[in-house]
Amino acid sequence: MSTKTDIKYLSPVDIELKQQNKYCRFKKMGINYIDYKDPEFLMRFLNEQGKILPRRITGNSLKFQRRLAVAVKRARQIALLPYVGDNLK
Amino acid sequence: MNTYETVFIMNPVLSEDQVKETVKKFVGHLKTNNATITNEENWGLKKLKYTIQKKKTGFYHLVEFKADGKIINDFEIEFNRDERIIRWQTVRLDKFALEYADRRKKKLSTNAKAE
Repeated sequence: MSTKTDIKYLSPVDIELKQQNKYCRFKKMGINYIDYKDPEFLMRFLNEQGKILPRRITGNSLKFQRRLAVAVKRARQIALLPYVGDNLK
Repeated sequence: MNTYETVFIMNPVLSEDQVKETVKKFVGHLKTNNATITNEENWGLKKLKYTIQKKKTGFYHLVEFKADGKIINDFEIEFNRDERIIRWQTVRLDKFALEYADRRKKKLSTNAKAE
């Protein structure tokens, strides 16, 4: 039983569902070496706890995601990035 | 012959002379083993992102050198024996890394000139 408060639309409401196309920024910028000595750059690919963001969010290609992971781990080893963090951003 | 890059962190309680002495010791060790040093950078006292041996800061130093892979093991044992070193990391540079390192060197040298 429907009540008066139920709102019904005849045509579907326009909600912007346009998804921004993700792309691999390393491929686009022509970067082929990810430096582990630059923690500020690597921070872009970490979440607030210092975890590496997945590819489905950053849009990196597999090749560069692998290289990125290596770089982040090297940076952690020499204490340029934390292993576990809190409110990094 | 490969190109390697070592970053090591020294104890923050060392004086400036002691830091220089420590760096000299390790660079000297490389030279006696027929390694050619291509780049050296002193990053100075930096804050660590997590505590290592209850220390929150450390003197960073970077050495880039060309050497035979056999000497790396001995080189790292030297780090392990030295109490002034709290952390080190040696990385082999591939062709992309070498390109990047060259660009970095140029950038640093132009920056130094500008200052």
